[in-house]
Amino acid sequence: MIQVVLPRNLQILAGVGRVVEVQVDGAPTQRSVLDALEASHPALLGTMRDARTKRRRPMIRFFACEEDLSNESPDEPLPDEVVAGKEPLLIIGAIAGG
Amino acid sequence: MSKVRVLVGTRKGAFILSSDASRKKWTVDGPHFAGWEIYHLKGSPADPDRLYASQSSGWFGQVLQRSDDGGKSWSAAGNQFLYDGTPGTHKWYDGSDHPWEFKRVWHLEPSLDDPDKVYAGVEDAAFFQSTDGAKTWQELPGLREHPSAGEWAPGAGGMCLHTIVIDPTNADRIYIAISAAGVFRSDDTGKSWKPANKGLRSNTMPDEDSEVGHCVHRIAMHPSRPNTLFMQKHWDVLRTDDGAESWREVSGNLPTDFGFVIDVNANEPETVYVIPITSDSHHFVMDGKLRVYRSKTGGDDWEALTNGLPQENCYVNVLRDSMAVDTLDPSGIYFGTSGGQVYVSPDGGDNWDAIVHDLPAVLSVEVQTLK
Repeated sequence: MIQVVLPRNLQILAGVGRVVEVQVDGAPTQRSVLDALEASHPALLGTMRDARTKRRRPMIRFFACEEDLSNESPDEPLPDEVVAGKEPLLIIGAIAGG
Repeated sequence: MSKVRVLVGTRKGAFILSSDASRKKWTVDGPHFAGWEIYHLKGSPADPDRLYASQSSGWFGQVLQRSDDGGKSWSAAGNQFLYDGTPGTHKWYDGSDHPWEFKRVWHLEPSLDDPDKVYAGVEDAAFFQSTDGAKTWQELPGLREHPSAGEWAPGAGGMCLHTIVIDPTNADRIYIAISAAGVFRSDDTGKSWKPANKGLRSNTMPDEDSEVGHCVHRIAMHPSRPNTLFMQKHWDVLRTDDGAESWREVSGNLPTDFGFVIDVNANEPETVYVIPITSDSHHFVMDGKLRVYRSKTGGDDWEALTNGLPQENCYVNVLRDSMAVDTLDPSGIYFGTSGGQVYVSPDGGDNWDAIVHDLPAVLSVEVQTLK
């Protein structure tokens, strides 16, 4: 199971805790994990990526294993530690403002 | 015993304020959706416990919420606002062509007789409807595909469709207003639209009485007189008595005719309220005094209402969706400010009191009169 950590606002919106586990068939990627997350929690549709283009929303970031994966291809395999469920995929609301 | 429920959208959540018909003692419930911008909440006239709320965030985009129990509980509804086909371009601030991009829902207008039907006005300006209680949304593209749309341009707040008014005697007739395109009227339930801005003059445009391009801030109608509408434009207060075929200015003796809100007393179709704002470069009330202006003659002749409102060191703004009237007798008048106050007058404007003083900046105020 892939562990995904959601920002507080999205936890409340989806009615879940900090960590959500998702099952993905095949080699997990950002795209397949987000597809699975949106399918299991439809309230999250459109909040992390554009509903039509599936591009990451500008102020959302994806971190894992102390790396910023935000600008990686959404079809790149996720790190082995994330696939093994040892490290989470962190979904972050970027710091903005004063 | 009648009661009222005031729905307040703010920069950081929604609040529900409730009182009996005296409108003296209030309970405050909230924040709902804490931390999110709530541009608008509105209840269905056909089922007052059915509420819709527009929840948005610069981080997480648009969420649409629905309640079936008067705001006690909420659930996320559909938030997919996809333009029909491939949207074209409109003008950007610098005059260049800019692609149509969905940003947020500014205004929700439930059908007068079907709780599952609701219209949404969005930025970039377009007209959407849901017929399944906000589960799914469809654009009615006739507005965005109007031949003039390529020339529409945003106001300072974005190119928003912010006002939707349904004719209570003819549900096919709908008025909308866009900043900065102006008023449009549909006579076929939103399928096709025509500009309805004759009589408007805006000196910010090279052609002051152009058919489109006016920065209309708000329009309001009394349900007993559907052909009469009142308008607060960027500058100027106007009225029409022929279903927006033509407008005439009724700013009269207002100290400034810049402002955002306008509304009509529920029991007196010729009694109109505005809140003058100093200017388009000074978005606060004049002279440090918060004054509602009332006309009992449908415009031209205005009186300042100040009893209970701060008359010194006050520099708040009142945004376009932030005034509402209840249908009790006497009609209650409500408005919310950028300073987080929500004021009520239970007697048509003669006396005012703050229901709350310290909410986040208020974006919208609606009121439901409940049996």
